[in-house]
Amino acid sequence: MKDEIIIAGFGGQGVLSMGKILAYAALENDQEVTWMPSYGPEQRGGTANVTVILSDDPISSPVLDSYDTAVILNQQSLDKFESHVKPGGVLIYDPYDIHRAPTRTDINIVPVAAMEATIAMGQSKAYNMILLGALLAMRPDVPIEAVVRGLKKALPERHHHLIPVNEQAIRKGMELVAELKK
Amino acid sequence: MKDEVKLMKGNEAIARAAIRYGADGYFGYPITPQSEVLETLEAEMPWETTGMVVLQAESEVASINMVYGGAAAGKAVMTSSSSPGVSLMQEGISYLAASELPALIVNVMRGGPGLGTIQPSQADYFQATKGGGHGDYHLIVLAPSTVQEMADFVGLGFDLAFKYRTPAMILADGVVGQMMEKVVLPPQRPRRTNEELAAQCPWAVTGKPDTRKGNVITSLELDSAIMEKNNERFQATYRRIEENEVRYEAKYVDDADYLIVAFGSVARICLKAIEDARKKGLKVGLIRPITLWPFPYKAIEEAAAHTKGILCVELNAGQMIEDVRLAVGDKVPVCHFGRMGGIVPNPQEVLDALERDFNIK
Repeated sequence: MKDEIIIAGFGGQGVLSMGKILAYAALENDQEVTWMPSYGPEQRGGTANVTVILSDDPISSPVLDSYDTAVILNQQSLDKFESHVKPGGVLIYDPYDIHRAPTRTDINIVPVAAMEATIAMGQSKAYNMILLGALLAMRPDVPIEAVVRGLKKALPERHHHLIPVNEQAIRKGMELVAELKK
Repeated sequence: MKDEVKLMKGNEAIARAAIRYGADGYFGYPITPQSEVLETLEAEMPWETTGMVVLQAESEVASINMVYGGAAAGKAVMTSSSSPGVSLMQEGISYLAASELPALIVNVMRGGPGLGTIQPSQADYFQATKGGGHGDYHLIVLAPSTVQEMADFVGLGFDLAFKYRTPAMILADGVVGQMMEKVVLPPQRPRRTNEELAAQCPWAVTGKPDTRKGNVITSLELDSAIMEKNNERFQATYRRIEENEVRYEAKYVDDADYLIVAFGSVARICLKAIEDARKKGLKVGLIRPITLWPFPYKAIEEAAAHTKGILCVELNAGQMIEDVRLAVGDKVPVCHFGRMGGIVPNPQEVLDALERDFNIK
């Protein structure tokens, strides 16, 4: 198993922490993992992205040009990364505020209405976890039990009471994908 | 007991490994992309457990001079910074070398020159390996390419620094500083007792007992004849280091038609390019210098003997390539591929450069 993933959006949407939780889940699942963030000024209001690689084998480059999986949270990131998904790969995106939808036909495009769902749930901070759920539904790289254990390690203890809400949001994201597949 | 595997950034690994090593002190000043070293040390509060001093100094110049003072007392002391901050430290580093003091300096490089960018770079290769400050001196320079090596090279750097009484440097970059990866930290060692320190460092200035003459730590020697003798002693140490401490990693070199030489995180990008090249039937090998000084000249010369060309890949305009050319002379053509200013190439760019430079179809 090897999944080369890019997660990209605005700073503040939880892009880096979503990658971090996935990375900790891989650690819990005894897989190899690298987490390479864009760091610096682009985190403040601009775009932020993180490359997460999960693999059964040792990982060479933490920096990539093409990805098996892309999770896209805004228009700029869609414009930037759509062409970098490998043929046959998966592109998950939230159609909220997207005015130029992805057009490729050689990849699996999965629109996930995460913003709508997060508003309906009344849990705006769990937005990124809905998309993580969608990712896990499309790419069962790690079992959800490992993700929940990963949440415990990725989140500071003062936020541990939010783990059930996060888990709920992950399951919601998985449901949204299941509905799309119907 | 199974060693605990943890997930952390390279910068965090440096800080935690320093505590585990039993380091006596850290003095530093924040700068991206290495600020997590100081942040992690402040959060871990080792002064309450091992007794390690952690101090945010008023500047990099102050930091390196605190290191100078601590090192003169035989303490295992270190600092970390990024490129512009390390430039500020060069005078102090030269003094440490001239005073034959062990110390560990970490440079998590960012794009320059000047204040430059905060993104990854390897443009301080010359500064680190050729003596960034004044006078004839060398640092032992270790180039980590994984978070595990960020942790491991703290102990290695201190051990070598004390063995040869010379400052050592970890020359990392923003990629390996900022990325998270699995790591197993070394076991916790106690800090040395005063007795152990006195036994290991009889030269240290720790307060003069009646039983011996006072130790003097200085880089100043106004008598040129003595200063030349001092220099000869330094050079003899450097020759011993060159003989004994060269480290490198070689991958896929035995059947290689082409060789890539790269260090740090770039070597990993190149390894992926090599794996992709081999899928296309192109036999490419990798030499990754781990010690940038002493440089693995012989290993590169031997590995290159049966190859048609060498590509040197660096995050700079071409610095290590000079040492690669010294290693192989005119025997093998050597080309350079580099990105500058904080841009990190991806594996495809490296492969494209190799095919372009050596006309491989």
